[in-house]
Amino acid sequence: MKPPKFSYLRPNNLLEALEMLAEYGDEAKIMSGGQSLIPLLNMRLSTPAYIIDIGRVEELKGIRDEEDTIVIGGMTRHADVEKSPLIREKCPLLSEGIRWVGHNQIRTRGTIGGSIAHADPSAELPCMLTALRGEIVIVSNEEEMIFSPQEFFLSYLLTSLEPNQLVKEIRFPKIKKGSGYAFEEVARRHGDFALVEVAAVIELNTDGTIADAKIALGGANSVPFIPEETEGFLIGKLPDDSILKEAAVLQLDELDPEGDIHGSKEYRRYLSGVLLERALYKAVERAREGVIA
Amino acid sequence: MSMNTVKIKVNGSLIVKEIESRWLLSDFLRDKLGLTGTHVGCEHGVCGACTVLIDGEPVRSCLMLAVQADGLEVETVESLAGDDGSLHPIQKAFADNHALQCGFCTPGFLMSVKNFMENHPDLPTDEEIREAISGNLCRCTGYSNIIKAVKEAYVL
Amino acid sequence: MKQFVGQNVKRKEDYRLLTGSGRFVADIRIENMVEAAILRSPYAHAKIKNIDPSQAKNYEGVLDVIIADDLEGSVKPFTEFVEFTLPPQLEADIKPTIKKNPEPMLAKDKVTFVGQAVAIVLAVDRYVAEDALALIKVEYEALPVVTDPFETIKDDAPVIHQELGNNIQSHFEVKVGDIDYAFKQANHILKTRITTPRVSGNPLETRGVIAEYEERNQQLEVWSSTQVPYMVRSYLSKLVGLVEDSIRVVAPDVGGGFGPKCAVYPEEIIIPYLAMKYKRPVKWIEDRLEHMQSTRHSRDQVHDVEVAFKNDGTILGLKDQFLLDNGAHNSFALCCAYNSAAHLRGMYHIPNYNITGRIVLTNKTPNVPYRGAGRPEAVYVMDRIIYMIASKLNLDPVEVSMRNFVRPEHMPYDTGIFYRDGANMVLENGNYTESLKQAMKIVDYEEFRQQQEDARKKGKYIGIGFSSYIEGTGIGPFEGAVVKIDPTGHILVGVGSSPHGQSHETTFSQICADVFGVNPEQVTVRAGDTSLLPYGVGTFASRGAVTAGSAVQGASKQLKEKLIATAGVMLGVSSDVLEMHGGKVYLKNDPAKGVSLQEIAQASRPGPRCKVPKGIEPGASATYYFVPLTVTFSSGFHVAVVEVDKETGFVNIHRYIVVHDCGRVINPKIVDGQIQGGVAQGIGGALYEEIIYDKNGQLITGTYMDYLIPTSMEIPNVEMGHQEYLSPHNPMGIKGVGEGGAISPPAAIANAVCDAMKPLNIEINTLPISPNKLRSLIVEAELQEVY
Repeated sequence: MKPPKFSYLRPNNLLEALEMLAEYGDEAKIMSGGQSLIPLLNMRLSTPAYIIDIGRVEELKGIRDEEDTIVIGGMTRHADVEKSPLIREKCPLLSEGIRWVGHNQIRTRGTIGGSIAHADPSAELPCMLTALRGEIVIVSNEEEMIFSPQEFFLSYLLTSLEPNQLVKEIRFPKIKKGSGYAFEEVARRHGDFALVEVAAVIELNTDGTIADAKIALGGANSVPFIPEETEGFLIGKLPDDSILKEAAVLQLDELDPEGDIHGSKEYRRYLSGVLLERALYKAVERAREGVIA
Repeated sequence: MSMNTVKIKVNGSLIVKEIESRWLLSDFLRDKLGLTGTHVGCEHGVCGACTVLIDGEPVRSCLMLAVQADGLEVETVESLAGDDGSLHPIQKAFADNHALQCGFCTPGFLMSVKNFMENHPDLPTDEEIREAISGNLCRCTGYSNIIKAVKEAYVL
Repeated sequence: MKQFVGQNVKRKEDYRLLTGSGRFVADIRIENMVEAAILRSPYAHAKIKNIDPSQAKNYEGVLDVIIADDLEGSVKPFTEFVEFTLPPQLEADIKPTIKKNPEPMLAKDKVTFVGQAVAIVLAVDRYVAEDALALIKVEYEALPVVTDPFETIKDDAPVIHQELGNNIQSHFEVKVGDIDYAFKQANHILKTRITTPRVSGNPLETRGVIAEYEERNQQLEVWSSTQVPYMVRSYLSKLVGLVEDSIRVVAPDVGGGFGPKCAVYPEEIIIPYLAMKYKRPVKWIEDRLEHMQSTRHSRDQVHDVEVAFKNDGTILGLKDQFLLDNGAHNSFALCCAYNSAAHLRGMYHIPNYNITGRIVLTNKTPNVPYRGAGRPEAVYVMDRIIYMIASKLNLDPVEVSMRNFVRPEHMPYDTGIFYRDGANMVLENGNYTESLKQAMKIVDYEEFRQQQEDARKKGKYIGIGFSSYIEGTGIGPFEGAVVKIDPTGHILVGVGSSPHGQSHETTFSQICADVFGVNPEQVTVRAGDTSLLPYGVGTFASRGAVTAGSAVQGASKQLKEKLIATAGVMLGVSSDVLEMHGGKVYLKNDPAKGVSLQEIAQASRPGPRCKVPKGIEPGASATYYFVPLTVTFSSGFHVAVVEVDKETGFVNIHRYIVVHDCGRVINPKIVDGQIQGGVAQGIGGALYEEIIYDKNGQLITGTYMDYLIPTSMEIPNVEMGHQEYLSPHNPMGIKGVGEGGAISPPAAIANAVCDAMKPLNIEINTLPISPNKLRSLIVEAELQEVY
């Protein structure tokens, strides 16, 4: 289990990185944290001619506060997001969900951009980004573009990234005052890939009815799934137990998870409903408690 | 062959060496520097036996190229004991609580725990300790003596 | 006089292991060494039509590529492991059929499982060696694959090894009492199928071999991560054709074994041979992908069991027909299969018993004994049956269990069959009822039943389950020890059984220290090296403390006697007026007058000033081989308290209790550590671990992402209670403890889950209890309720 031969390129800034990508993109793999790429190299399941290590590109690192949005550079590590007081205060869903990503020793190296670009449908970040209706900023040496998660995630491990592009930053909307949030996941062991997961943000009106519902399910389809009908169903309703129960199973038929030895398709589909109900319940409870100041 | 010169501070000493770009940090430490205390258990980032500290943070050295560590500081299990051979409090607590049997996974645990204690100066709960060491597999001990040892390390 | 046996003496092994200065096989570096990588079969069953290694041979940095043809005439094919040959009386009793089925070193004409070694590359380093693997061209022709034990015994199944005629490799039958009579007398008969899946021991250190041939002494030095260095030496000698004495096999620090390293593997023969052939040190370190495929698996039994019992829960008879799916080869005769048959009735008095075992072959990795070696499978069958009987009769399983125990007044209790070593299988002592009561007291059973009722009202599902086991431990044929006094007065002990986490250096120094009346600090124990003693066996089957521990005591006592005799000559007195303590031999009535161990050691040197009494060989050393008459039976109870999330099917272990009897405890902390660690592996088997192949014989669980070893989040702290019934079979009364922890968790946890789901009458007779599986059972049971 040793990596195959490759040429190693290490740009010192974004411009250099983009030039290298323009030149070698077709035969190159970008390495940010390497936590998904290096196992593939060690197993020789990936044999790129070039590896472009963007670990030293400072422009891609850091967490910025921009009015209603928290902007996280693509090369920012999970551990930095986990520790950020700004995120804990303004987008605590992210602080909570990111703790489900692997283990500490993975989060110290793995990056936000890497996870988004890898597009594993059961990964936590794509699910949370989708629930929050965030945006992905893509850059090449020619242009910069902004994608919604629905536009960006195309299928299992497949995105709209072109070989000459990289994930510059990810824009996470802050959670509004009066909202509650929840991240629910089950995995076989602590730190394993999710069987399924749910991220939800519920905003309540002062009369206790639901003003807005934003939900995403991970691991339930080939890309993070937004149950739009369920969201629409919830808006305007008083969220009592029976409403949440009904909402949770409304769109289960539309889920098409991959079955494997850890859980069949049917089980994962069913489980999505269980977790969605739990997530809605918790998000509503938190909204009522006024957890977001 | 794609070669790179790396400058890495390893356990306090600056190392300058040529290394093929595909070499894993774990192999570099073991084969090129003779620091065989860092063990390799799975080479796909699950078992945690190869955990070292990079700039103080725990990292799987099998999921990092040696060249990526260029310019960074690496600490391995060999750095823990004092110059006189005296055990670090975490090592002592492991010995006192029978927190190791075959000892193969132990260096990885020690490095994870060192970082955990630095980031959590107050005595943690059992659950917090369990989570902190959950990225390290041990097949011998069943973990409970490791948890005891971590708690004891706080009072040593 | 202070005794060290029984004390929590700190481990001598720890300093080096904690400071990164231990020495595992992979840590060894030798000048001019080449590294090996192995090409393994991607097919479960295929003909090899052609192998073309030419491109790989020409790759820069490659020394050579070796295939089966290259070994012909130089390395003999494996034989079955003669160490596991059945004793004649056992053979006469169970009349087995055992077809010879050793595995090839390298696949020649065909491959029979994914991961089988096909070719070996030697190169400057492992990176280059792996590059070259991709350049070896092998032409395969796929053959039909069989992976299911029931499919493989059908008449039309593809035959894996033509010379065997079919895929049933072994067969035997054990009969006690009159089974037909028992079934006629019964009020109830219960019939069920109970399955323990294939798992893998997965020590954190993979296998690895380094070999160097030293021309000057014509000595082959081999370092291997093995539990059985003497066995490696013996097969190397036989198959490569060297005198045994020219081979030194060292098992240095070994990072866990658990059974998978208790066999001789092809790599342990070929790598040393290649070191001789190329006159260069050769290193092969298995990686985890190879480990999952090629290091031997275990368990994989299906039992079709029928039990006859009375209205009060008394079991009258038990019939069982089981299959052990051993993968593509079996070199261990009936080892695990007979262990299952011998242990199945456990601590229960079941006078009428009939069990038939068949070892069948499939296109999967061969099996080895893994921690428990046939017992976890047997215990899972027996204790599920206890719970199913209780459920059927609406009795408390504790009551059913107690009704059927072998009682203390019937001990020693002859089970009516032979043990694997050929002796009558006799449970020597213990009090099972008391032991179960102790476990139930720790868990507060009555209180729990109340809590359970309250919880159910709130829609929470908590349950309690227990399991019992007996285990024949400390199997022979022997183990040896040599004890010496160094000229400095320090005591040196060498043993034949080599450790991999068991703490030999600590516990054996405690035993030796007590004999000499010194501190264990004054004793150094060495193990894992065939140059220490001419004969040795190894560490497996919970035998280290029983066999090697007894040998250390025996050798120490012999040496003590010799040293006292020598001191008598030195002091000019008769040895019966002398006594030894604190590193000195002195006059009983005048302790000031004496000689130190150092002085005796110096006076023991051959020569004109030698003071060793005439007729006794000079020197301050003694060697002793302990030969047990038979095994000694450890026993224990496990109790699990679990909560089931009915909606998701996840199981959470709230408490886990073990009460066990391992006879004399040498070092309580080490014993507790063995139990806790064993339980963790058992929990793995109960809830997480399973080796899965698809229909084409492809390994699905080939990485640590899919083969789920429990982390610290999944393993509770085990609460322990001890019983200490000393074994009559060895001088210290030791019973083995290594495996016990791993035997009962699947049964205890399955029973606890069934107990939690009692309102739905769920029976869990397969493992692991994955959330998906449990949820499906819940759904099924709920559907049943509706109709």
